[in-house]
Amino acid sequence: MARVIPMPEVTKPHPPVFAAQNVTRVFRMGKVAVQALRGVSLALQEAEMVVLLGASGSGKSTLLNILGGLDQPTEGRVFFRQTELTRASDSALTQYRRDHVGFVFQFYNLVPSLTARENVALVTEIARNPIPPEAALDLVGLGARMDHFPAELSGGEQQRVAIARAIAKQPDVLLCDEPTGALDSTTGIQVLEALCRVNSELGTATVLITHNAEIQRIAHRVIVLADGRVIRDTRNETRLAPAQVSW
Amino acid sequence: MVRALERKLLRDLRRIWAQTVAIALVLACGVMVMVAAQATQRALLATQAAYYERFRFADIFAGLTRAPRALLADIAALPGVAQAEGRISFHAVLDIAGIEAPAMGRILSLPPNPALNLPLLRRGALPEPDRLDQVALSEPFAAANGLVPGSRFQAVLNGQLRTLEVSGWVLSPEFIYSVAPGMMMPDDRRFGLIWMNEQAAAALMDMAGAFNDLSVRLARGGDARAVIAALDQMLAPYGGAGAQGRAQQTSHAFLDSELQQLGALALYLPPVFLLVSGFLVNMVLARLIAIERPQIGLLRALGYRRREIGAYYLKLAGLIGAVGVVLGWAFGRWLGAGMLAIYADFFRFPFLLHDPAFGAMALSGALGMAAALLGALRAVAGAMRLSPAEAMQPPTPPNFARGYLDRKIAALRLHQTSMMILRALLRWPGRAMITLSGVALSVAVLVASYFIFDAVDLIHERVFDQSNRQQITLALAQPAPARAVEDARVLPGVLASEGAFGVPVRLVHGHRSHLTALQAQYEGTSLARVIDDYSGPILMPPSGLVLPDLVARKLGVGPGDLVQAELLAPPRSRLELPVARVIHQSFGAEAHIAASVLFAEMGIAPQVSHIHLRIDPDQMPALQARIKTLPAISGLSDWQELRSQFAATIDESLLTMAMIYTVIGVLIAIGVIYNAARIQVSERLHELATLRVLGFRRAEVGFVLVGEMMLLTLLALPLGWFLGYQFAQGMVAAISTDVVQMPFTISRRTFALASVVVVAAALGAVALVQRRVGRVDLVLALKARE
Ligand SMILES: Nc1ncnc2c1ncn2[C@@H]1O[C@H](COP(=O)(O)OP(=O)(O)OP(=O)(O)O)[C@@H](O)[C@H]1O
Ligand SMILES: [Mg+2]
Repeated sequence: MARVIPMPEVTKPHPPVFAAQNVTRVFRMGKVAVQALRGVSLALQEAEMVVLLGASGSGKSTLLNILGGLDQPTEGRVFFRQTELTRASDSALTQYRRDHVGFVFQFYNLVPSLTARENVALVTEIARNPIPPEAALDLVGLGARMDHFPAELSGGEQQRVAIARAIAKQPDVLLCDEPTGALDSTTGIQVLEALCRVNSELGTATVLITHNAEIQRIAHRVIVLADGRVIRDTRNETRLAPAQVSW
Repeated sequence: MVRALERKLLRDLRRIWAQTVAIALVLACGVMVMVAAQATQRALLATQAAYYERFRFADIFAGLTRAPRALLADIAALPGVAQAEGRISFHAVLDIAGIEAPAMGRILSLPPNPALNLPLLRRGALPEPDRLDQVALSEPFAAANGLVPGSRFQAVLNGQLRTLEVSGWVLSPEFIYSVAPGMMMPDDRRFGLIWMNEQAAAALMDMAGAFNDLSVRLARGGDARAVIAALDQMLAPYGGAGAQGRAQQTSHAFLDSELQQLGALALYLPPVFLLVSGFLVNMVLARLIAIERPQIGLLRALGYRRREIGAYYLKLAGLIGAVGVVLGWAFGRWLGAGMLAIYADFFRFPFLLHDPAFGAMALSGALGMAAALLGALRAVAGAMRLSPAEAMQPPTPPNFARGYLDRKIAALRLHQTSMMILRALLRWPGRAMITLSGVALSVAVLVASYFIFDAVDLIHERVFDQSNRQQITLALAQPAPARAVEDARVLPGVLASEGAFGVPVRLVHGHRSHLTALQAQYEGTSLARVIDDYSGPILMPPSGLVLPDLVARKLGVGPGDLVQAELLAPPRSRLELPVARVIHQSFGAEAHIAASVLFAEMGIAPQVSHIHLRIDPDQMPALQARIKTLPAISGLSDWQELRSQFAATIDESLLTMAMIYTVIGVLIAIGVIYNAARIQVSERLHELATLRVLGFRRAEVGFVLVGEMMLLTLLALPLGWFLGYQFAQGMVAAISTDVVQMPFTISRRTFALASVVVVAAALGAVALVQRRVGRVDLVLALKARE
């Protein structure tokens, strides 16, 4: 039984960026089987900013990893535009990540031996249609600290470098797993501002996982997971700017 | 609690088992070489000593023309002399049914009650005292020609063709290694020792009451140099050709050179392995400790003492060392037994005394453990210094400061993955240096073992292609007037003939002297030539000597200096000759002179001792048949056959050695690269996974790993070439003696081959590690926060 896929108000004829159909993911560890996703179906639209909420262990990261081509579901199908990710080979998924996806993680995952600019260049060198690393860093407000190594940057600055790295290739989707998790609120707001700016200026579809319920107010759409299922999928009538959110 | 720690020890060991094995193998190589080389050397030394002692191998040897036996009493009375024995010795051409080419024999008289150089009967009996036609043969020669007791063969003795009967086979401490005069390799089919009753030999050679070959045994504490000097003086009137100690005795000198080589092997090679394995232990342990920091912190918080933490990691290093040592012992004993079997085949010993090599095992065991433990020391000290609070913190991230080099590298505008490689090298230069030196050492080991092929090629080229272009060389029983060269032209199949004259000589300059051969070259001859390594064939100057630089250096002379030349054959002239030219020869230590100059100085008509021939190959059988009947000719060398025999003998043993060294070199390279790559992956797994997440393909991520290791390998090559060059030079120095010479030359082929082998080994090692990177679960790798 397929759920009715909620459409954005401005119904456009083009297909969703992501479509997941009845996705399950079971982790087997010896005899124990952990059901991380139990039949998730959803469709995400172009240029949408989606916040993914849910208790710890509800399956948010698992879903994001599957959308990003880092993991494959046990059952169900996942499409990126017309491409079925669930049928793609390992090298096809690599190509998919390379061409379309930008990732931001809780722990930055910068390469410590490369400066901020070089960390961004790492991606622009292999991307099809990148913006210059300097421009990407300007976009996140780090134009002045480009030649610093990660060890010489604060956590928030490092996270903004990670965002610059993720957006520099002009990805079609931006997947962020708790990007503000390790940051205090002021720094977190700077990071969110960077994300919103990319979303509005470049029209990048963005999925953002957070534990912070306040942050949902900056999204177009909020999806809540519980125990591997979507339990709520709502659209914000009004959005707040990140600066208006506080925690 | 202790038992829990021990369980952890085993788990740790299991976690790093592949690295442990890689280190243990490198260590095992060192222990193996030490045990094998020492066991072989000691077994050979013990065998040699026992053989010499039991069969009374003489200390000093001298050849002469003829002296009365009464002189022996005077010689025995010389201070420092214990015993003197005279015998009759001469060379003869032999005709053995079944072999076309004439064989050569050295006939030795056997006194009724021999006191020195006793022959050891292996089969049959010694010649019966009253029979003139019975002889005992050296075992290898008899066996190679199927001459069993009772067989007969013919020999030209003192101008007469005689039939001799084999009474038995013997071995002698004098001929553990036997090579015909002027030959380079033993040829058991073509050269043999023949023992004949003294009475028979005296009758055949008209030497009743006389001898022409002297053996002397020194008294305890006797001074060999003094005795040699006294003998030279005493024998001069009797045509003494220069007394020689054991060092110049062919058999002894070859065996000795081989023993020295083994000694050098046991001395120089193992430290390389021990050093490398010590560094590897340090690298691996430092990494393990970095991973286990939180655990160390926990243990310390639980109340474990620093000492206990230190002991824990030392135990781990000790286990690695112990595995290596035990493996090395096992391989070493196996290799030692194999090497001894090869030597026993090459040298003719009647028995072999085995050496249990307990000494070498104890020493190599102690050194192996010491290498592992000392290697661990730095890392362990670091672990012990950690305070519990500090240990439970994650380590401070590496700081990549922008130094001068970094700015230079950044200016190169390389790909970011290349930057990652270069920055890692700059950030951990110590580790890079260890990897680089380890790889360099493996290249060096290969260069120093493969260069022997170049040396052999050089000998080949010099001896067979350049110096000796004749097909046949005839050795004359006595020097003959120069017209003998014309006479040789009427022999069957001879197209051209050229004469040459060689005489033993002692060259003296001041207090330095050198015993060698003086080769006189006739003008206009072109078959046998003297070659300078740089300028090629040279012409004899119109006056004076031509000396190879080796001899010139030994005598301390240069062009223009005067040298005393004492010719050690009748008429025993003493000449004062200027050095006309010093030539460069990578091997060869003979002096050369123009025949016209030599005979003018000697004041006699020109003579020849050898005749070089170019022949029609089809007529070879006729020529050989003819020569067997000519008493004036005491030997024939067929250069074509010499060449193929040289190649066969050399290739077989060299290939075996090269194979063993290749395994050893490859093991070092793999041990070093594998460990370095594993450590790199373990430290940077997170980084490599990040690259994969960002969309880098497997091969592109692999580049970061492979690139760093291969860059280090390539950088190590020149250093390895340099070290290999030094090793090879040291080896040549260790092998070379007055009698045995080895040229020093290394070709580009050797450098290239060593490099290719090491690069391939390194690639293989990285590929093993690379496979692990491919299997990494991206999501898990990202979750784990370094
Ligand atoms: N690699 C794995 N192996 C086994 N179980 C896993 C694995 N990854 C996730 N799980 C399990 O799947 C479930 C969902 O995990 P997931 O990481 O998606 O949760 P999450 O919603 O992101 O939680 P959090 O908010 O704590 O990050 C959890 O019960 C987790 O234990
Ligand atoms: Mg999560």
